[in-house]
Amino acid sequence: MKTRKGIEVSIAASIAAKLARVEVIAAYPITPQTHIVEHLAEIVAEGELDAIYINVESEYSAMSACCGAAAAGARTFTSTSAQGLELMHEILFIASGMRFPIVMATVNRALSSPLSIWGDHSDVMAARDTGWIVLFCENGQEVVDSIIMAYKMGEDRRVLLPVMVNLDGFSLSHVIEPIELPSQKEVDEFLPPYNPLYTLHPDKPVTMGAYGMPELYTEAKYAQETAIINSKKVIIDVMDEFGKKFGRYYKPVETYNTDKADFVFIGLGSVNENIKTAIDDLKTQGKEAGLINLRLFRPFPSDELMSALQGKKKVAVIERVMPGGAKNSPLYNEIASLAFANRMTLKMENYIVGLGGRDVLPEDFQQIYNEMAAKEKAEKVKKDKNYTVMRVRA
Amino acid sequence: MISKTLERYTEHPEEEFVVYGHRACQGCAEVLALRLAFKVFGKDTILAMATGCMEIISTPLPFTCWKLPWIHVAFENAAAVASGIEAGVKILMEKGKIEKKDIHVVAIGGDGGTSDIGLQALSGALERWHKFTYICVDNEAYMNTGIQRSSCTPYGAMTTTSPPGKKSIGQSTWKKDMPKIAAAHNIPYVATACPSYPYDLFAKVKKARMVEGPSYLHILSVCPTGWRIPSGDAIKYGRLAVETGVFPLYEVENGQYRITHNVKSLKPITEYLKGQGRFRHLTNDTISKIQERVNLEWEGLKFQCGVK
Repeated sequence: MKTRKGIEVSIAASIAAKLARVEVIAAYPITPQTHIVEHLAEIVAEGELDAIYINVESEYSAMSACCGAAAAGARTFTSTSAQGLELMHEILFIASGMRFPIVMATVNRALSSPLSIWGDHSDVMAARDTGWIVLFCENGQEVVDSIIMAYKMGEDRRVLLPVMVNLDGFSLSHVIEPIELPSQKEVDEFLPPYNPLYTLHPDKPVTMGAYGMPELYTEAKYAQETAIINSKKVIIDVMDEFGKKFGRYYKPVETYNTDKADFVFIGLGSVNENIKTAIDDLKTQGKEAGLINLRLFRPFPSDELMSALQGKKKVAVIERVMPGGAKNSPLYNEIASLAFANRMTLKMENYIVGLGGRDVLPEDFQQIYNEMAAKEKAEKVKKDKNYTVMRVRA
Repeated sequence: MISKTLERYTEHPEEEFVVYGHRACQGCAEVLALRLAFKVFGKDTILAMATGCMEIISTPLPFTCWKLPWIHVAFENAAAVASGIEAGVKILMEKGKIEKKDIHVVAIGGDGGTSDIGLQALSGALERWHKFTYICVDNEAYMNTGIQRSSCTPYGAMTTTSPPGKKSIGQSTWKKDMPKIAAAHNIPYVATACPSYPYDLFAKVKKARMVEGPSYLHILSVCPTGWRIPSGDAIKYGRLAVETGVFPLYEVENGQYRITHNVKSLKPITEYLKGQGRFRHLTNDTISKIQERVNLEWEGLKFQCGVK
């Protein structure tokens, strides 16, 4: 009989890393990631996990030490947020280019300036094209399951890429949720020990990180790109296998109430739970809206998203990041590109919500629904902005 | 004490780990320093290298001149990468995943990769007490990118970003004292070395390899290209650096300073400066200023080492 117990999501995330039997942890404290690394430090200090915890002096060194440990053949874990993710930005590209299956829990937080420790997706969106597999989590159970699955995805010989598991700062990381923690035995059966293809060892010297002259760089990057594109199949296989083993099935793109609705929200992360609440409330008013939840963001699940969008007329893309001078926010741009390439005629709107920890309520999504429903006939052309920032005092 | 036998160190290991095919400039004393050092580190070594001259001359994909497991990740993080390797190898041995043996991790950076951009990662790795050796191969500027000044560039030197001019004497700051910064971490072993003194270098590498904990070697690596000297003169200028007291050879073993190559009376620094294109613009005033500073630092070092 499976049991769920109330546990803080950050603590559950660190237990997931322990269940994955990580061997080297290199981390630097930053709010709101701290509870994860603190609890891991405790786990190692108590001898509950056979691992080395490196208290690095920066996130830059955290990711660098993870690269070194992964190159030596160890299973590695780190976690960060916001400025920390930016500080390690350079090494994110190198970790994926050198094909190290590092797993990182990114506890999403706003970027300075102004300084804000609270949640949004500025950090991950600045790191979205670094060649990592990027997963988003809606709730604590997904965080635990994703961390365990992430190793199996990343370490697959057909993949060999780092995996970033995103969970929203505070609104997910610091809440207590009912979570089912799998047993060590079950996880061991699902996730075998890391068996690296190449390691740094004197008995069989290899060169890692040689530089690419113009005649080879393109081919190296093409091979890497092919690997991340092809990783989707492995990601789906791992999700299926996880479902069979643990009874919780995941998909790259998940939907909620999309059968009945031709209006859909598309969002990332924990905001989707509020959207679901709004959808339920709208239903009681006789209004039908659906949700398309992107669990997988990189590689971008185009086919799955296309299927989910079939027959839809209106799309509200919800994002927690400022476009920074771009035409729209990143996810919107990507969906618009997908729709255009497939000759879909969608009425798409771009809503920016929840920046720097600003509350996002189910009522906001009801409002979005009503706005877009009212705009049935006369679509006003926006002069200066292509998106709406919710609740902003302009 | 190993130090007692230091002067009589005459072992010369035959096996080479930095081999033919690299693309270093003619007369490069930096690659010579590494070639000599790795003879002593030997086979059971894993090497983490910062971006820089020694990286780009040795490993254009798909070639390498290293016979050792070698990794390059970025510029400022050789010490952090080495930390990860050391931890990874250690835990895999503890868990019985790889055979237990004495594998040594060496991180290498140039003077820029060490004293400027990599200083934080280095300090962190020394403080955390990883068992590894960090080698700074110091050619006194960013030679790889075309001779720009670093914090290890000596006072007065001309580089492309510290050019002498109507309002400039060249490099306007004094060389950062990296060995003392390393020693301030109270690590078991710190030493300066120069490939112009190969047996002194061998002995220091051996010690760095043997201590429990981190060790730091600062190797003056004469760069004919950047110093504007004939390519055949690298060894000579390395010797002059030591004989004039510009770059004394010493070690700090468990906090004890010791001069390993004593110079009874220093040659005037003009002997070192003359013939180097990077110093040819120096005025007599600047030269006297440098001479004063060298004397002061040499006396200070002698005092620290208890040498009369």
